[in-house]
Amino acid sequence: MKDDSRAMLFGEDVVFGGVFRCSAGLLERFGKERVFNTPLSEQGIVGFAVGAAAMGYTPIAEIQFADYIYPAFDQIVNEAAKYRYRSGGAFNCGGLTIRTPYGAVGHGAHYHSQSPEAFFTHVPGIKVVMPSGPAEAKGLLLSAIRDPNPVVFFEAKMMYRTAVEEVPTGDYTIPLGKARLARPGTDITLVGWGQQMGVLERAASVVEQADGISCEVLDMRTLLPWDREAVEQSVNKTGRLLVSHEAPITSGFGAEIVAAITKRCFLRLEAPPVRICGYDTPFPLVYEPVYMPTEAKIVDAIQLTVKF
Amino acid sequence: MDFPGGRVPFASALKFTGGSFQTQPPMDCYRTIDSYGVAVPGADVPHELSQDLAVRMYRSMVALQTLDTIFFESQRQGRFSFYMTSNGEEATAIGSAAALTLEDTVFSQYREQGVLMWRGFTLRQMADQCFGNERDSGKGRQMPVHYGSKELNFHTISSPLATQLPQAVGAAYTLKLSRKPAVVAAYFGEGAASEGDFHAAANFACTLSAPVIFICRNNGWAISTPATEQYRGDGIAGRGPSYGMATIRVDGGDARAVYNATAQARKHAVENQCPVMIEAMSYRSGHHSTSDDSSRYRTTDEMKQWRARDPVMRFQRWLVQLKWWEEAQEQALRKALRKEVIEALDSAGKAAKPPLSEMFTDVYDELPWHLKEQQDEVLKHVALHPEACPSDMPVK
Repeated sequence: MKDDSRAMLFGEDVVFGGVFRCSAGLLERFGKERVFNTPLSEQGIVGFAVGAAAMGYTPIAEIQFADYIYPAFDQIVNEAAKYRYRSGGAFNCGGLTIRTPYGAVGHGAHYHSQSPEAFFTHVPGIKVVMPSGPAEAKGLLLSAIRDPNPVVFFEAKMMYRTAVEEVPTGDYTIPLGKARLARPGTDITLVGWGQQMGVLERAASVVEQADGISCEVLDMRTLLPWDREAVEQSVNKTGRLLVSHEAPITSGFGAEIVAAITKRCFLRLEAPPVRICGYDTPFPLVYEPVYMPTEAKIVDAIQLTVKF
Repeated sequence: MDFPGGRVPFASALKFTGGSFQTQPPMDCYRTIDSYGVAVPGADVPHELSQDLAVRMYRSMVALQTLDTIFFESQRQGRFSFYMTSNGEEATAIGSAAALTLEDTVFSQYREQGVLMWRGFTLRQMADQCFGNERDSGKGRQMPVHYGSKELNFHTISSPLATQLPQAVGAAYTLKLSRKPAVVAAYFGEGAASEGDFHAAANFACTLSAPVIFICRNNGWAISTPATEQYRGDGIAGRGPSYGMATIRVDGGDARAVYNATAQARKHAVENQCPVMIEAMSYRSGHHSTSDDSSRYRTTDEMKQWRARDPVMRFQRWLVQLKWWEEAQEQALRKALRKEVIEALDSAGKAAKPPLSEMFTDVYDELPWHLKEQQDEVLKHVALHPEACPSDMPVK
């Protein structure tokens, strides 16, 4: 916001710092014309942001929880995503970034836990980014804001309070569309994004110690467009693939990855690719510990896949 | 002249209305008992409260206050995950609920536990829901305070805001088709009224003549966003007449006024098969929820001032003046309620969670093959890893 005088941040409750304290201190630094509360309307927030972006500004719109993004779905799917295409490139709303917290948090139940990324990866015209930690979030968010396309940026809600990490103070960006090699390995490729990365890395450590299985762990970072090449290269090396996400398994983004990699690495695969995901139910409060794609489920799946 | 959009008079004066050209004063706020608990002389009271009803309403308001205080503390002690109080809005909840019948259907937001309580939902049922135990009719799936009761015609609460409003209109329309002398009461906050669903609901209700009462709890705050940043113009009530809806603004801290406004609205809605809007002005004396600390964004002075205007105390003063209530009863009531709330919590906390397999039921009327498969999968997983399942959850 310091470097881009057209950048502005708004949404519900952002003025006092936001319910997750993400905008703390920004009002004081950048003033109330650029940091402001909106009335309580997600479709209003995103529609307003699309308009501002179409005028060449850089709106950073906050939807307080990803679970509440659906009233804005029309503005994202039919408007933001098609602004450039429908005008033959004459107009665009590329300055738009929508930040929204997603994912399980231990007690969020139906409406404070959802991972709706797959709805958005089905939308040509937007980018979908899901950082896996604080330093990653900063570099990816700066890229998302500067990217000349509208971006939906899902922030891992559980990590607001649990993540402890050194974050570089200066300006840096992490390219969109490029996966991160979180852990090199040789026996199986584990693919994830967002807050599921921690679970995958812990599972990788467990099977390494218990069974001597060497996992290569990839953090997708961006789901649309996703880094197919990175996954393909890794699976060509390991011959096995496991994808894991919190969202329900059916039509989750894991299905896209598995389909694409099965086609491209078919002759190299030594076991069927496997998905460890949320079940096909609404996110249930008391069942959360068993609903989640936990470390134990992933460890079991790795062992079965490697022994296949 | 008749335009397709309406019959309108012509004028030669170039004159704007509204915005900075606004000349209309704000809509009045109806009240019958003042802030000191004294009856307002000459106030319209078409539905006078009997001693029995007034005392029952007061008891409910105290029960609601007690419930909120102890449940809030209990959450703070970590006994369950979340809570939302209705402090400051007790008179709105109980006053309106008392004017409805059990034949009426309620669609509420998430701060109307008083309405449900008035309709007969017990403290124990509330505790069971908050703990999400095996007795919770919602089967432990939702966050605390997301109550619902089929028997009491109170549709289960969801967190997304204003979604219940167009639903309430659809439900009211079916009451009209079935010729039932009943209404739907739709509750929401002034923040929720900014959602698109509010507009759709108000417009549908008028164009389709649905017997629905929109009850807006204007408590001044949507989490940290004050009403001054939520809307311009004359509040929520100011919108009602523009939709073509009978509308009244009422002092939400005056239980008798809320009761009368709601009773009159109900009568009008049933007799004329049309919607009515009520805006109850009050103050959210508590935090938004247990996840919120409102001292970050509002002054202690403001909160203190409003707590001093406690609507429960106000109603009590009125009762005492009528000699319908006395100090000895007060102490006994508060003591008994405290005990009842604590017992409800203790009992709810000891009950087991719903069984594991219930995670998959009610997604559809019957389990489709893929959920059956997932159900078997999780049971098998827990058999291999017993520690994966919470210890108070039966594995079956």
